[in-house]
Amino acid sequence: MVLEKSSVPFFGTAEQKKRLMAVISEHKDEKGALMPILQKAQDIYGYLPIEVQQIIADEMDIPLEKVYGVVTFYAQFSTHPKGRYRISVCLGTACYVKGSGDIFNRLVERLGINGGEITPDGKFSLDACRCIGACGLAPVMTINDDVYGRLTVDDVDRILDKYN
Amino acid sequence: MIRTIEQLNAVKEKSAEVVSTRVNKIDRGYKDVLVCGGTGCTSSGSAKLIKILEDEIKKNGIEEKINIVKTGCFGLCVLGPIMMVYPEGTFYSKVEAGQIPQIVESHLKNGVPVKEFLYSETVNGDEIGTLDDTSFYKKQHRVALRNCGVINPEHIEEYIARDGYQAIYKVLTSMTPDDVIQTLLDSGLRGRGGGGFPTGLKWKFAKASVNEQKYVCCNADEGDPGAFMDRSVLEGDPHAVIEAMEIAGFAIGANQGYIYVRAEYPIAVERLEIAIKQAEEEGLLGDDIFGTGFSFHIGLRLGAGAFVCGEETALMTSIEGNRGEPRPRPPFPAVKGLFEKPTILNNVETYANVCQIILNGAQWFAGMGTEKSKGTKVFALGGKIRNTGLVEVPMGTTLREVIEEIGGGIPNGKKFKAAQTGGPSGGCIPPEHLDVPIDYDNLIFIGSMMGSGGLIVMDEDNCMVDIAKFFLDFTVDESCGKCTACRIGTKRLYEILTKITEGKGTLEDLDKLEELCYYIKENALCGLGQTAPNPVLSTLRYFRDEYIAHVVDKRCPAGVCKELLTIRILPEKCKGCSLCSRKCPVNAISGKIGSPYVVDHSKCLKCGVCMANCKFNAIVMD
Amino acid sequence: MVNIKINGIACSAPEGSTILEAARLVGIRIPTLCYLKDINAIGACRICVVEVKGARSLVAACVYPISEGMEIQTNTPKIVKSRRTTLELVLSNHRKDCLSCVRSGSCELQALCNEYGVNEYAYEGENPVIVVDDSSLHMVRDNSKCILCRRCTAVCAKTQVIGVIGANDRGFATQIGSAFDMPLSETACVSCGQCTAVCPTGALTEKDDTQKVLDAIADPDKFVVVQAAPAVRASLGEAFGYPIGTNVEGKMIAALRRLGFDKVFDTNFSADLTIMEESAEFLDRMNNGGVLPMITSCSPGWIRYCENYFPEFIPNLSTCKSPQQMFGAIVKTYYAQKLGKKPEDIVSVSVMPCTAKKFEINREDENAAGVPDLDISITTRELARLIKKSGIMFTDLPDEVCDSPLGTGSGAGVIFGATGGVMEAALRTAVWTLTGKPDSTPIEFTEVRGTEGLKEATYNVAGTEVKVAVVSGLAQAKKLLKRIKSGEANYQFIEIMGCPGGCVNGGGQIIQPAYVRNFMDIGKERAKVLYGIDKANALRFSHENPDVKALYDEFLGEPNSHKAHEVLHTSYKAQKLYK
Repeated sequence: MVLEKSSVPFFGTAEQKKRLMAVISEHKDEKGALMPILQKAQDIYGYLPIEVQQIIADEMDIPLEKVYGVVTFYAQFSTHPKGRYRISVCLGTACYVKGSGDIFNRLVERLGINGGEITPDGKFSLDACRCIGACGLAPVMTINDDVYGRLTVDDVDRILDKYN
Repeated sequence: MIRTIEQLNAVKEKSAEVVSTRVNKIDRGYKDVLVCGGTGCTSSGSAKLIKILEDEIKKNGIEEKINIVKTGCFGLCVLGPIMMVYPEGTFYSKVEAGQIPQIVESHLKNGVPVKEFLYSETVNGDEIGTLDDTSFYKKQHRVALRNCGVINPEHIEEYIARDGYQAIYKVLTSMTPDDVIQTLLDSGLRGRGGGGFPTGLKWKFAKASVNEQKYVCCNADEGDPGAFMDRSVLEGDPHAVIEAMEIAGFAIGANQGYIYVRAEYPIAVERLEIAIKQAEEEGLLGDDIFGTGFSFHIGLRLGAGAFVCGEETALMTSIEGNRGEPRPRPPFPAVKGLFEKPTILNNVETYANVCQIILNGAQWFAGMGTEKSKGTKVFALGGKIRNTGLVEVPMGTTLREVIEEIGGGIPNGKKFKAAQTGGPSGGCIPPEHLDVPIDYDNLIFIGSMMGSGGLIVMDEDNCMVDIAKFFLDFTVDESCGKCTACRIGTKRLYEILTKITEGKGTLEDLDKLEELCYYIKENALCGLGQTAPNPVLSTLRYFRDEYIAHVVDKRCPAGVCKELLTIRILPEKCKGCSLCSRKCPVNAISGKIGSPYVVDHSKCLKCGVCMANCKFNAIVMD
Repeated sequence: MVNIKINGIACSAPEGSTILEAARLVGIRIPTLCYLKDINAIGACRICVVEVKGARSLVAACVYPISEGMEIQTNTPKIVKSRRTTLELVLSNHRKDCLSCVRSGSCELQALCNEYGVNEYAYEGENPVIVVDDSSLHMVRDNSKCILCRRCTAVCAKTQVIGVIGANDRGFATQIGSAFDMPLSETACVSCGQCTAVCPTGALTEKDDTQKVLDAIADPDKFVVVQAAPAVRASLGEAFGYPIGTNVEGKMIAALRRLGFDKVFDTNFSADLTIMEESAEFLDRMNNGGVLPMITSCSPGWIRYCENYFPEFIPNLSTCKSPQQMFGAIVKTYYAQKLGKKPEDIVSVSVMPCTAKKFEINREDENAAGVPDLDISITTRELARLIKKSGIMFTDLPDEVCDSPLGTGSGAGVIFGATGGVMEAALRTAVWTLTGKPDSTPIEFTEVRGTEGLKEATYNVAGTEVKVAVVSGLAQAKKLLKRIKSGEANYQFIEIMGCPGGCVNGGGQIIQPAYVRNFMDIGKERAKVLYGIDKANALRFSHENPDVKALYDEFLGEPNSHKAHEVLHTSYKAQKLYK
């Protein structure tokens, strides 16, 4: 996977930067501070573009590559912006044996994007995720914080329509 | 602030009364309505239910008589959202918003349970049973889960009511670190996270390492797909983990703990944050606990979506702020772990047993289970099983009991094919081993492992080659990429499996597959890599005929592997209506109106549109 | 001592030894790929697996400590098969253009594959799409040949504390790269080339400029001169079968002549020139309240590091160009005049132990004659390649000497190639100048010799205390600069070399496989060559070099004169870390 610099221009606000700097100075002297800082930075910006990673690297006096290496290691960190509606389909075992693969494929078809991508209008982004622990409701997907369980392929269309 | 045992006991007495309604079913003139606030039920809308419930109760003017308790997981996730009413203990399942007004008015206000909304198994004519009477609960024995679904995890008093923080008091005031370790050794407690290493021994090693700074870590990075035992404990009983970590700190000589929890568990994270804060406010966590001079602090660290961080050295590397790549052992963490200091790491469920062992004694715990596996084990039941959910049974219970009795068997009249335990590190257990008593050693003997406790049931519709491929897909995706054996080896395994599921495999590929599996087992750097081939090896061992069918007959007996399936139109059922032909996106179906249509397999994409549209069930894929 | 059994033979080894080290003591070489002593002990490649009695699986000998009574097998059929499978898996994900690969013959993977008789096509499957990064001036990264041993990233992050390349992504997609996969030229890479020196395969290589050299030589209109740095003669022989630590100065000069250079000169000459300028600059700073400590500027990797990470120390940098650049400047001014040639018609080539020199020739303010001071810089490795492909039988060559007038160097000049050498050479001349008593001037300043990361000494020179420090490797440099910044340490004069051990260990030297590096300090062996040449030289002081004296008499005037500044000094600029 060769990640390119995001094609979406970076629009960080002064307010966001202020919050980031506060987070960094709060954690800076802790041992192993990089992970919590990255997590909070992603909360602030929604993703971790190069501009944000550079601030973190400079402030922590560590190489940018070290930051990037950590970011690309963990699935939850994203160097790309996410959609306004973030769709995640659980491909954990319980969901998988109950057909979540078909749900995922239907979403790919409907949205015209692959996993990890965002629709051109920035509305939806699609990801496959690991077990979210709602195995009793398998197969499951989430859109932002809403959980949709016991899904069928037909439900996908119905649910997407709700967001259109 | 609680500084003395008298103060602790005062809180205990006061809140014991509060929880007695649900714990001892004592009618104290009001009802406890327990609503599950675990992830499963929250996903199915329990938070919204609580809101409606509150409104309805207000509307009926019975606020004084009703106490709503948001608990952790009851275990029966498939029936969520779950609601219980105490002191009677009636059990409402799959509660819908529309049912609430009726339940409130009839049951909560007028004392008449709404039978049709109750879990059917608890209703027997006029007799209404409780959760404990269900087959799901009868065989269970709750130690780690004893408070889950009983107390409100966001109220420290309710934990104290259930003997909370008595164990750490006992340890600090009447035991030496060696006593604690000896008690654990005598109890026979083994790590519940996978390997099953004796917990007491781990602590003993860490205590023996001389260093001013040591660490106690809790592995809450439960990553096995389909496993959610640890999450339920954290959501339902977070203080049990905190207290146990304090005990561990005392035993090994550490004053700092870290809980590494999956970020995908927002509810667990929130409850932990609340619990840590409350414990600190009460003086039960922090400096000079009970005035004994013993101090212990806990920091929360969130995972960020890397399965490998469940491996102990990778978890520590991650806490240190690095890519979560495992380190070679030795040195073992007990000697050189987190930040290069002596460290112990146990998982959530392991810790959840510790306080009970301290309070009830090693012999009590050792009295449960099998010769080499003591106590109970929590399993997350999932897959093709009726009672999806969480169960805790004594070690030595058979798989059959868990699946057929507690789990309620396979739905839709399908036949059991295999049970998968141990997640991506485990294996598939065939029907012939259903009566093997579950413990660490037996599971390894039959080619699987305990793992953290995921138990996925598969029926005749599951293709075992496909399942092996699924797990390898997971492993390839989650491999950290550090060592050659796992990074490239598992990828090649996956590719060979893909070849087989596409009907392009040969018998030589099967040999190669097996050889590569054994190679990875021997050569991978960490435990996860070493166990990654287990799903392949166990399916090869028990379901070789399915592999052979794919390779030799180019057939998928379960009808899962798409490349090996063909779409057929049954001439005896086809009415020749032409609908399928018109719906086919690639014009692969042709025929004459009125006579049976045929599929051109060279064009067919097996998309299934024709099957979905046929009104006469005349199209099959096999 | 710990008693163990290796392959049934009882033996003992010091406590704390790894199986790898213990086996070596009894004459058994366990193959390695990812392991680099003190730098990369990660147990990742799995080629060094051995059997330990009682262990659950095979263990990595490079990181597994021995313990009393341990029984180890290093070469059973099971182990051999495992190692073969490991190699076959690596090969399944490796671009196998071994016949023409620049590392063919010096590739550690190739050697092992040969040893274990692998089937190159045992496993087939997906290979990640890889883009070759040749954006930088000094090296090329080709991840299709990377085996993810991470020796490069360890050297970059630990030895050099730059960390511009590291592991990105995870699992099968893991690859070594820079942040956001930026081209190396846009990163804060300092061009030291240490990564290329430790890469076991052809994934990281110096940028090959040999064709440029051949083209220049073949051009009848060009006058092509070459200089060879002191450290080159201490390593070049390794490419032709000589033991590490062999001086091949004479054969090197003969080979350069046979390659067709019009004149063969010696960087030792301009090393002496550097000392003249640098010691004058130092004394000037001492006497006239200049910025102290003064820090040497010979190492372009170090200079780049300073500009990138410690711009506040730029005023401390000696303004002297490096010996390579001084040489180039003199060739295109003084020597061009002598020849009666236009500087444009001269092609000035250097042979360096260094990849950063390729970067340095393109620096700003390095063009005394209005054209770049130097045109082509090749590494020791490229010279060896040129010699081989030109059909020159190196071992059969006679010993020859350099051309005049730029071919004479003192013993002080030659030790530039070892850490502490510049300091020692400068001290010799500075003490001589200050005391004004040539006969009693000490020649050897042993306090600043040796391969330790940091060396300190205080000298009383004509009543003045001079506190000096010598560091090599950028991790050591960073530590030192931080101590100076915080006021913990204070010096008047500091020598910093970008590569650990100095130029003898430069990123452009002949590559020694890990199994040699892990058991021998190759920098130390090569440094011995230079100190040997110094000792045997009648000339021990830079200021006694007759060619240097003539240069000042005829062209420059005094050290630090206006003319000298025009030709031999340069300037530095703070650089942005990310472009």
